[in-house]
Amino acid sequence: MSVLVSNDTKLIVQGITGKEGSFHALSCRDYGTNVVGGVTPGKEGQNVEGIPVFNTVKNAVDATDADATMIFVPPPFAADAIFEAAEAGIKLVVCITEGIPVLDMIKIKRYLKDKCTRLIGPNCPGVITPGQAKIGIMPGHIHKPGNVGVVSRSGTLTYETVGQLGVLGIGQSTVIGIGGDPVNGTSFIDAIKLFNDDDQTEVICMIGEIGGSAEEDAAKFIEDNINKPVVGFIAGQTAPAGRRMGHAGAIISGGKGTADEKMKAMAESGIIVVQSPADLGSAIKGVV
Amino acid sequence: MKIHEFQAKEILHQFGVPIPRGHVVDEKVNSIEGIVNELGLPVVVKAQIHAGGRGKGGGVKVTTSIEEAEKAFQSIMGMTLVTHQTDEKGQVVRTVLVEEGMDISRELYIGIVLDREKSKACIMVSEEGGMEIEEVAEETPEKIMKEWVDPVIGIMPAQARALAFFLNLPSECIREAVSFIMKLYRTFEANDCSLAEINPLVITTENKVIALDCKMNFDDNAMFRHKDVVEYRDLHEEEELEIEASRYDLNYIKLDGNIGCMVNGAGLAMATMDIIKLSGGEPANFLDVGGGASEEQIENAFRIILADDNVKGIFINIFGGILRCDRLATGVVNAARKQKVMVPVVIRMEGTNVEDGNRILEESGFDFTIASGMRDGAEKVVAALS
Repeated sequence: MSVLVSNDTKLIVQGITGKEGSFHALSCRDYGTNVVGGVTPGKEGQNVEGIPVFNTVKNAVDATDADATMIFVPPPFAADAIFEAAEAGIKLVVCITEGIPVLDMIKIKRYLKDKCTRLIGPNCPGVITPGQAKIGIMPGHIHKPGNVGVVSRSGTLTYETVGQLGVLGIGQSTVIGIGGDPVNGTSFIDAIKLFNDDDQTEVICMIGEIGGSAEEDAAKFIEDNINKPVVGFIAGQTAPAGRRMGHAGAIISGGKGTADEKMKAMAESGIIVVQSPADLGSAIKGVV
Repeated sequence: MKIHEFQAKEILHQFGVPIPRGHVVDEKVNSIEGIVNELGLPVVVKAQIHAGGRGKGGGVKVTTSIEEAEKAFQSIMGMTLVTHQTDEKGQVVRTVLVEEGMDISRELYIGIVLDREKSKACIMVSEEGGMEIEEVAEETPEKIMKEWVDPVIGIMPAQARALAFFLNLPSECIREAVSFIMKLYRTFEANDCSLAEINPLVITTENKVIALDCKMNFDDNAMFRHKDVVEYRDLHEEEELEIEASRYDLNYIKLDGNIGCMVNGAGLAMATMDIIKLSGGEPANFLDVGGGASEEQIENAFRIILADDNVKGIFINIFGGILRCDRLATGVVNAARKQKVMVPVVIRMEGTNVEDGNRILEESGFDFTIASGMRDGAEKVVAALS
């Protein structure tokens, strides 16, 4: 089966006429995603290599029946773009944009509570169902279809993991980047629930990092609800406290959110925790 | 982003939050006699550095005469203040805040932070003013009350009242305390703060509610809409190499080890530090060159890593994916040439055309070591140093 994204997904790209937006719209299309349109206010009637551009998400949805969007809108306008997509009835919003103010995000998250829209990200690489479709900026060719569901707060560390799996001949059901911001639309628990309900996914891999307590919450949830094997890693075991390690959400504050705490909570919940990021592939191979 | 106490108090004042009367002086000022005369005795002389624990380090003095105030000022201005929040080298005091002394009847705590898990701002109060809130939370959590603010309707007076009553304030203070809490929340929200902490919040013997100290941090992502706050940035408080790195959009954090790291992506950069440590080495820095890892970015990254004298070797770990490794390798070679890189460099790259990339590195004339994975790279760079 796979989750979130498939051959049936009809994708639009908000911010499609920008450099990043157009590049990744086309790379998604090349991968096999059904990219049906794009949105840039004021550019309706134009097209990007044959992909029609609309002024509003509503116009795009009316014309194309799109059910998913990928957002490349700059940070000051990104919350507005998420709102516009939800208002137009889009089911899946993948927000790639990095640098959205957190107070914008808490408002949007509150607003989305009453909507049937799922937000992935922001500040994330997106979602890919290998062999079917991708919504995001990840290199499609390193992925291949299989039974491992991967959920991660980091982009390139996820590629690293997928790369290790590739060498071992192990494929993925779906790979979800939930993003490196302190407030995001889809949590580890949300993603793990999806994987648990998915027949194709046999093993779950969760890649966390320092900051917050999303990993601890997920560990508790896994202990109580999940029977599929889970392999985990936490980046930032050597990170100093009080410093933001690149991602807005990767910070140990007030002594909370350390890698040690997270790894301990995960191990106690029955998750197979690896110390070294180089061991993710082999640990997954051990339980596939 | 962090700012000084006196700057945070300027912001509080703009939003109508009561603060003590005071004046800020810099190194050019020789005497504070005029200020003391204006404020009236007693006065408090406070060192302005970002780190907490200033009082214990000798950076805050309450004085009851002009001579004493002058002496405190002379000793604090220019001193190197070491606290539990600075490094062992400490921080030089370049600015001093002189404030009127208060007749304090009670010292309380109020702080507003973002609660990530609830995705709401959280207001915390406690009667244990002057203590670190983490400590209170650890030892006596029942002494803290929290209210979470709905981001859509904002703070409601009922919440502020509940917090005020929890503090066991005298009834004549409640109205003022509610107003204080409401205004403090508005300050937090209007300025995109990530922290607004008043510790201590004092009740004077005349039942006035006043912010005696203030710590304010901001969401870096929101600074595009707060040019006035950005003006408060104090470069003296930041690591020189980190300032330089930020000019080139590089995410760099200096650490104490001797292996420089250059990585694309924050998560992989942290994981690279971790694996260096697991392989027996010590990372000298965190450095994310960004997804593109352009030649210019790599050149700047080399320059900044090598400006740290502790660096005895470099590990470049790039998972390119879409990125072409031949182009990446050319960038590394050109940048290494321009920056005259003399220390051992271990390179691990992954992505399109990786064979071409490795060939370019091998034929470059530099003694680059090519690694075939993260662990191999970390082990090779640690071995090169021993």
